[in-house]
Amino acid sequence: MTSTQSPDTTTRYPEAAIEADPTVPAIHIWRDFAATPAQLFRAHTDRELFAQWVGPVGVGADITHWDAREGGSWRYTAHGEHDREGFETSFHGCFHTVREDRIVQTFTWDGMPDGVALETMTFEDLGDGRTRLHAVSLCDSFEDRDAWLSSGMEVGVNDGYAAIDRLLAEGAL
Amino acid sequence: MTDQLSRVFAALADPTRRDMVARLAEADHTVGDLAEPYDVSLQAVSKHLKVLEDAGLVTRTREAQRRPVHLEAEVFDLMTKWIERYRRQAEERFSRLDAVLARMQDDENPTDRPSAQEGTAS
Repeated sequence: MTSTQSPDTTTRYPEAAIEADPTVPAIHIWRDFAATPAQLFRAHTDRELFAQWVGPVGVGADITHWDAREGGSWRYTAHGEHDREGFETSFHGCFHTVREDRIVQTFTWDGMPDGVALETMTFEDLGDGRTRLHAVSLCDSFEDRDAWLSSGMEVGVNDGYAAIDRLLAEGAL
Repeated sequence: MTDQLSRVFAALADPTRRDMVARLAEADHTVGDLAEPYDVSLQAVSKHLKVLEDAGLVTRTREAQRRPVHLEAEVFDLMTKWIERYRRQAEERFSRLDAVLARMQDDENPTDRPSAQEGTAS
């Protein structure tokens, strides 16, 4: 499966499939839903519906600003728990394209206010009552993309680079 | 160095190289061993190996005559762990979305059934 073309429609994604793009700093995700494109679109644009699934189960997210129109913007705070300590983390962005088959928005984690990803979500009608979501998050740089992928890991991106540095130093590479 | 992880992702983007890595995860192999199942020239296999080496995924013993290829599991595991964890988090979110979509459909097509099942994806 290459990233430049939509995956073969005979492939099914009952569970999320992921690919870190090798050519540009992007993360792709595919997932099929038992719903129409219109329903999937509503679940992404209706403030109440979106709040029900975006945040951790039983906690959800506080949507502090929501204007799901082209040129509009959004902001929400999610609550998490780490080592039994509660913490809050927030995100914001702008809606660039809001169409029933396509949403394009910017995405910033407030912990890294200068970082911004461009997110494109397409809703493809599979014709059998199901709809395929394809989400692409294009980051500023490969480093940022890798940091995203490794975020919250005990062994993060810096340890990854360190492991490779060590191998280099040992003359293994 | 900053681009090293991207090289890992790029190295793993090719199905032949992914297959090589899977075989190396079981045991070290010589280049000849590695090349055998593939319908490509030894030269092409060497090229694939060079990509895997540049990404830090495999190393080749300098001393031994046969110079077997060895998978650097540390680097490989890290990548796969990150990606899988990210995927799992997305899947958790999408499972919640499944439930929301199921509720939406119930609201749109009310039936005579009591809605005790509400909130569970069918």
